[in-house]
Amino acid sequence: MRVTEELKSLGERIRAAATQRRALRIRGGGSKDFYGAAPQGELLETTHLTGIVDCEPSELVITARAGTALAAIEQRLTEHGQMLAFEPPRFGERATIGGAVASGLCGPRRAYCGALRDFVLGVQIIDGRGDLLRFGGRVIKNVAGFDVARLMAGSLGTLGLLTEVTLKTVPRPKAECTLQFELDQPLALERMSQWAARPLPLSATAWHGGRLLVRLSGAQAAVRAARQALGGECLEGAGEYWEALREQRLEFFDAAQPLWRLSLPAHAPPLTSGDILLEWGGALRWLRGSVDVDGVRALASRFGGHATLFRACTKPPEGPFHPLSPSMLALHRRLKAVFDPQGLFNPGRLYPTL
Amino acid sequence: MSRNSSSEESTVIARLRRALAPGAVLSEREDIKPYECDALTMHRELPLAVVLPSDEAEVAAVLELCHEAGVPVIARGAGTGLSGGATPRSDAVLMSLARLSRILEVDPHARIARVQPGVRNLAISEAVASHGLYYAPDPSSQIACTIGGNVAENSGGVHCLKYGLTVHNVLAFRVATIEGEVLAIGAGALDLPGYDLLALLTGSEGLLAVVTEVTVRLIPKPECARVILAAFDSIVTAGGAVADIIAAGIIPAGLEMMDRATIAAVEPFVRAGYPLDAEAILLCESDGTADEVQEEVVHMEEVLRRAGATECRVSRDEAERARFWAGRKAAFPAVGTLAPDYYCMDGSIPRKCLAAVLEAIREMESKYGLRCANVFHAGDGNLHPLILFDANVPQQAARAEAFGGEILELCVRHGGSITGEHGVGVEKLNHMCVQFAGRELEVFHGVKRAFDERGLLNPGKAVPTLRRCAEFGRLHVHAGQIPHPDLPRF
Repeated sequence: MRVTEELKSLGERIRAAATQRRALRIRGGGSKDFYGAAPQGELLETTHLTGIVDCEPSELVITARAGTALAAIEQRLTEHGQMLAFEPPRFGERATIGGAVASGLCGPRRAYCGALRDFVLGVQIIDGRGDLLRFGGRVIKNVAGFDVARLMAGSLGTLGLLTEVTLKTVPRPKAECTLQFELDQPLALERMSQWAARPLPLSATAWHGGRLLVRLSGAQAAVRAARQALGGECLEGAGEYWEALREQRLEFFDAAQPLWRLSLPAHAPPLTSGDILLEWGGALRWLRGSVDVDGVRALASRFGGHATLFRACTKPPEGPFHPLSPSMLALHRRLKAVFDPQGLFNPGRLYPTL
Repeated sequence: MSRNSSSEESTVIARLRRALAPGAVLSEREDIKPYECDALTMHRELPLAVVLPSDEAEVAAVLELCHEAGVPVIARGAGTGLSGGATPRSDAVLMSLARLSRILEVDPHARIARVQPGVRNLAISEAVASHGLYYAPDPSSQIACTIGGNVAENSGGVHCLKYGLTVHNVLAFRVATIEGEVLAIGAGALDLPGYDLLALLTGSEGLLAVVTEVTVRLIPKPECARVILAAFDSIVTAGGAVADIIAAGIIPAGLEMMDRATIAAVEPFVRAGYPLDAEAILLCESDGTADEVQEEVVHMEEVLRRAGATECRVSRDEAERARFWAGRKAAFPAVGTLAPDYYCMDGSIPRKCLAAVLEAIREMESKYGLRCANVFHAGDGNLHPLILFDANVPQQAARAEAFGGEILELCVRHGGSITGEHGVGVEKLNHMCVQFAGRELEVFHGVKRAFDERGLLNPGKAVPTLRRCAEFGRLHVHAGQIPHPDLPRF
């Protein structure tokens, strides 16, 4: 009943904001406030929308209210021998599942198991009219209606207030082993690509400063065979490394310099300027340093990718995300208007005019 | 949309002829007759004309021209869709993408293939086989269906529990909008800036844009695969075994179920050696390295036996594996021999409801006086009940349709969906009113307008109008009614 009341009150607040045309800043745990352009508007929080609604081991599905702590969800899944395959970064203890979906961010396993949006099965949202809507469902296969649920992934709260999400989960791997190799960037990229084309149980790769780490996860036999095929011994305490990478607690992420996130086709050539950390077999490249904004964006575009100014003290006027073409931006604005006709939710967070 | 006057029609046809290569516009009755339906053959209509563009520029030109003229356009791949997504209309141009059938690029290093929409699903896997790679989604029609159609329907197949649907296996599209503008959605990176239009477009049944190019993800072929054939003396026990497999942390490469009626129909066909006294059989496949498969098969067999399997046979070689699967693959045609007609349904439910839903379908058999064979993707909770009937017996077709409708409503009541993989098309428009409330349908119409303001792309498909739902009598816009009685509406 408490949740029903809370949903009702959130709907009323949104309707009131719509009447008075006040912007609303949606927030879960606030752990990703840094991401995107500076949040604006009156705070609309999911603090009271907590709790796991449904989680059964035989279903590989979890339904939780948006304000539920990511940590609580992961703990429950661990008890069932399951996990969120995309390893969403928390960036703070208060991170919520709603925030994870809204940011769409993924951790080290993404390149090998799929992105957050691949695991979104359903959402419940309150739109800009204050209406509670439900899209998708709790089943793995569902092609009825447009896939609005996945559209919410990474939309940074610009389309509506997520109130409940349903995600697909996966079994935890039985065995895991991390191998270490000394390689320069070009060779690391080549190896990651070659290995990904073979049926190996890769679950994460990361390269920085001449050191390539490769995580293998799966059945005992598969991990053992892959370890023999690739050579080397399992690295002790590697779990902590992957956790630190996922949470950006490695020394690389410490510095005050701007941090760029380049999403590129994995086979894009090695980057030569700035301090570089590679993930996802080369498809995710972190670049730390004060670099020319237009130059980085042009470089990313040239290879078919995009560049985000992930962390920085000052953000460029066109926003931290890779600018869209005029037609694409216009389409984005039309889509936004379907859900949020008055532009209440997180204005400017994703793009200045969205 | 009212039918255009014949002079306007001929103007559009004449303009299309001028815009496209000779022979690319068909309007004579005998030429357009083959396009009058897709695989949902009970819906037939001759289109205004059929156009066969041969490249992206021609696709865009057709769209721009039809947009200007206010003439609807329906895109069509191989016409294998089961829900009537490509059913023509007499006032619309049917655009076949069959001539856009080139594989533009295969990059084994990047493990991608860039293909035109008319490329057949299986042709992709064949083209990359020499690199040890394949394209994972394998709908049953993969020999004929095209990747463009797969994108439109978000097609699955028997391996999607482990390897995902189309949406999980595409990296980028080029699409043409109804205005004839070509947009690039992604370009080979693992994510894209802004909204995830790749996900939104996948499964949009040709209502938002026409795909002109698809970049698919290729994956390494597993070293080996083995399948377990497990027999059960009750369909409820078999349903429970499916849940147990998943709860044990196993993701089979395929997990399919057949009931007694299907087994009996299939066995004389393929001689797979299925146990004819079983109430249900499960096919449970493991793939990976030889050691991995060995380890997993032992684990699977243990779970299946504990769950009550009366018999478990593990395929000893590729020939035996193919034989075990042969029955599953021949199931639809084999069931087709049991009665003059059958109606193939496609609903999905949470796995834990399998037993209850199958029991309820049994009871409906006597209610409707029709038999129903069940063969389906058990691991995904995706049912394909095959309702047997004889169209020549008065009322049987109507009874079959009512039977099917009740099964779909049952799926929704159990938290599932009216379509797991076949799409809504024209077939399930009414059932959409059961699954979605008025406001969600309004959002779908809004999304449609954001791409296609005048409603010219594949109009009347996939999303019912609110008026239709009101007439169907199943739209529940008031608080406290199905489909989501637990939801407050305000």
